[in-house]
Amino acid sequence: MMNRQGRPTALPLSSSEIGETFTGNRALQVEEPLLFEIGSVDRSGVDFEEHEKLTEIPKELLRKERIGLPGLSEPETVRHYVRLSKFNYSIDGGIYPLGSCTMKHNPRLNEKLARLPGFSSLHPLQPERSVQGALELMEMLSDWLLGITGMAGIALSPKAGAHGELCGMVAIKAALEASGESARRVVVVPESAHGTNPATAALLGYDVRPVAAREDGTMGVDAIRDALKEDVAAIMLTNPNTCGLFEREIVEIAEAVHEAGAYFYCDGANLNAIAAKVRPGDLGIDAMHINLHKTFSTPHGGGGPGSGPVVFSKALAPFAPYPRVVREGDALRLEEGHGNSSKDGTAFGRLTAFHGQMGMFVRAMSYMLSHGIDGIRQASEDAVLSANYVRARLADVLNQPFGDQVCMHEVLFDDTSLKGSNVTTLDIAKVLIDEGFHPMTVYFPLVAHGAMLIEPTESESKESLDQFIDALRSICGRATADGGEAMQSAPLFAPRRRLDETLAARKPKLCWKADEADALAAE
Amino acid sequence: MRYLPLSDADRGTMLSEIGVGSVDDLFACVPEDVQLEKLPDLPHHASEMRVEKVIRELAEKNLCADNAPFFIGAGAYHHHVPASVDHIIQRSEFLTSYTPYQPEISQGTLQYLFEFQSQVALLTGMEIANASMYDGSTATGEAVLMAHRLTKRQKALLSGGLHPQYTDVVRTLAKFSETETEELSAGSQQSAEIIDAIDEETSCVVVQYPDFFGNISDLSDIAAAAHEKGALLIVAVTEIISLGLIRPPGSMGADIVVAEGQSIGNGLNFGGPYVGLLATRQKFLRQMPGRVCGETVDQDGRRGFVLTLSAREQHIRREKATSNICTNSGLCSLAFTIHMSLLGEAGLRELAEINHSRAVALSRRLEKIDGVELVTSAFFNEFAIRVSRKADEVVNELAARNILAGLPVSRMLPDVEQFENLILLAATETTSDEDIDRLEAGLKEVLS
Repeated sequence: MMNRQGRPTALPLSSSEIGETFTGNRALQVEEPLLFEIGSVDRSGVDFEEHEKLTEIPKELLRKERIGLPGLSEPETVRHYVRLSKFNYSIDGGIYPLGSCTMKHNPRLNEKLARLPGFSSLHPLQPERSVQGALELMEMLSDWLLGITGMAGIALSPKAGAHGELCGMVAIKAALEASGESARRVVVVPESAHGTNPATAALLGYDVRPVAAREDGTMGVDAIRDALKEDVAAIMLTNPNTCGLFEREIVEIAEAVHEAGAYFYCDGANLNAIAAKVRPGDLGIDAMHINLHKTFSTPHGGGGPGSGPVVFSKALAPFAPYPRVVREGDALRLEEGHGNSSKDGTAFGRLTAFHGQMGMFVRAMSYMLSHGIDGIRQASEDAVLSANYVRARLADVLNQPFGDQVCMHEVLFDDTSLKGSNVTTLDIAKVLIDEGFHPMTVYFPLVAHGAMLIEPTESESKESLDQFIDALRSICGRATADGGEAMQSAPLFAPRRRLDETLAARKPKLCWKADEADALAAE
Repeated sequence: MRYLPLSDADRGTMLSEIGVGSVDDLFACVPEDVQLEKLPDLPHHASEMRVEKVIRELAEKNLCADNAPFFIGAGAYHHHVPASVDHIIQRSEFLTSYTPYQPEISQGTLQYLFEFQSQVALLTGMEIANASMYDGSTATGEAVLMAHRLTKRQKALLSGGLHPQYTDVVRTLAKFSETETEELSAGSQQSAEIIDAIDEETSCVVVQYPDFFGNISDLSDIAAAAHEKGALLIVAVTEIISLGLIRPPGSMGADIVVAEGQSIGNGLNFGGPYVGLLATRQKFLRQMPGRVCGETVDQDGRRGFVLTLSAREQHIRREKATSNICTNSGLCSLAFTIHMSLLGEAGLRELAEINHSRAVALSRRLEKIDGVELVTSAFFNEFAIRVSRKADEVVNELAARNILAGLPVSRMLPDVEQFENLILLAATETTSDEDIDRLEAGLKEVLS
């Protein structure tokens, strides 16, 4: 067989004929031991200035025993981590269509600017006069986020999306306490919500009241009204929701929530579908976090750092936490708050030391200035267009749990079309790995059986989308044609085959232990 | 637009494949009256050159730590980060990958997380560690909640030597999660006072080491007293390099050690992103918050790593999860791990010794100045001095002379007489003799 570029798709030899290599390496894939197996405690890749040794620490407080931390020279360190890096898939290397995670291109300009010493070498507790440019950037970012969302107030400090949820929900709780409504003990959360939503509500002592969506995958205002009893503090709703659908009745839902005396928290993880198209402030939302690492392209870095500023309605803005950036004439100031002695008495407190993820603020600002508001709108439109293109081209091979309808920035399929074969959603994901793609999000949201959530983002060319779609169509075809038994052994070509997750959880080994390694060597 | 690959022709083809006439048709599900007719009043797209100019101008308005004699610490420290660290973390495969949900193609991230967890456990003297938290302050808040789960008690006792903003974070979390804090009044950590305050309702005692004012003291007695009452000892470390020189909290009876890991591998970044460390004892494993990486084998028996124990986490357990945390500080923990690999034990010990030596040299010079009194006795690289005038005025006047002299304690603990004249100063391997000369001269001027 030939691929679309006219090149042969078969392996030179069948895998059994390949046998093995002496090293266990596979050409560019080089097996790399742990740092602890190659380093030693007396080796170092750092040279220091000569210094006069002075000690004023009482002897009994000195660390005398060996710590056991291995070191490497610089070339060895670089090689070790470069080799490890080669075991990773990345958005720079290919499409990364993880639904709900928004893996878009990370412009390198953003990295360059975040590393300017004027930001990267700035201490959070310097006198305000020495950090005016940093405060100005925070003010500019606030203006942009408020302009895009149409909200009244902002807290920049939350460190990630879930931290932002916490921030928004604490503001709601503080506002309810201030108006003597602490008896409200329930938070309404749709079944399709991110797990962080119910976890955040529970952290604050709320009971979670789940509500089911309608047959079309969206929330109906009637179901929400039924759930809105006197005990409800807030609703947490994601829009567009985790099934990739815009909540059509969101304005009516917001009205119902407010009529019931509750607040409306919106999970803003999917703002990237509607930025510069719809303003959350016009929908009646009271608080929403914005994942700068999703919508505004700050890199995910293998799981962080994130950044989750929260925007507030007029009603909640006074409860925003410290710190706040305030303008006084030509100068900017930080209101930091101290203990319980806040001046206006309404800020709910503090969620983190210092002022938030400045490095991420710079990157997000660079993204926004580069795109401009027109480019942000175009990005939203392209993200939605690309998801719908994927939907249209897969609609005949994969089933959409809520019917074939227009989606926003991501499209949700379930495993209905795999029934009768031996193939599961997980197998599809693993075969995609062998085909050279990062799989879509699988088994989330829980409301779809064997969910496959595909979010291509605006960063993919049509050619890239077509390659992914064609591969997925081929996989679906193979799954239904021959029962797909061969797929259960995928991936065959990744740095690792399927990993034993049960063993990892049953006998947790989280750290390297010298004695275990010695015992192994003695065997 | 340089970041958007679709051409108008592509868009047209894609729309016809979808079977709609225009992009507006794809937004038909959005109620018409909330669709924006006009774009918000914000600038339009700009060239790379233009964006760089705007942001560079803002950066240049700041006086950064590289360009002035610099002595501020208080939870974030100015250290030298080797060039190779920043080079490696910018590799595409690390920078632009996601949380390792597909372990077969994420072994790079997973293996360094395993190395990171191992380094953190060794450094803190504990048995296990997680794959990082947002920062030291939020890690402290999470550790307190973890202690509540473990002890089934609700009250955290906070030392007066805990970083005031860490105290604020723990208090805020406690207030809204409907648990309690008992706060000892701010000041150097006093074992006797802490031990007296532990009672049968205390879930955990939170101390800082070295404390906020720089003091180091043995924590063993506090640990013993806490354990006797069924409480846990949480130790927060804001300067992780100190553990290259002084006894690890694990050797003094700590049950949970949390730390700010910024000092290793990460820049000051005006407060973030940083990397929180959380280490504990094996027996507390299942109540530990955050992501955890574990060793296992693949189908062919080869060693590999996976995210594990996810039965604790929000995406599985939802409202019953140990924490709402989803993100960690992946890339910052990689920077930590690389820098720690470069240092090794020998390098870490030497780095710690230099930090301490520089601080001793600084303190000896400053205490000779008229109007300066050294307040901290046993310290690592940070100590407090009392000056003869209000500390915030002194620090501001020195800043006007381009000297970033330290933290006036009143910035965090205002309206307390005993703190009004207190300045907290840190020295690191970046502190030169010339820096010390200039601070000495500046202080003499503003205090005369």
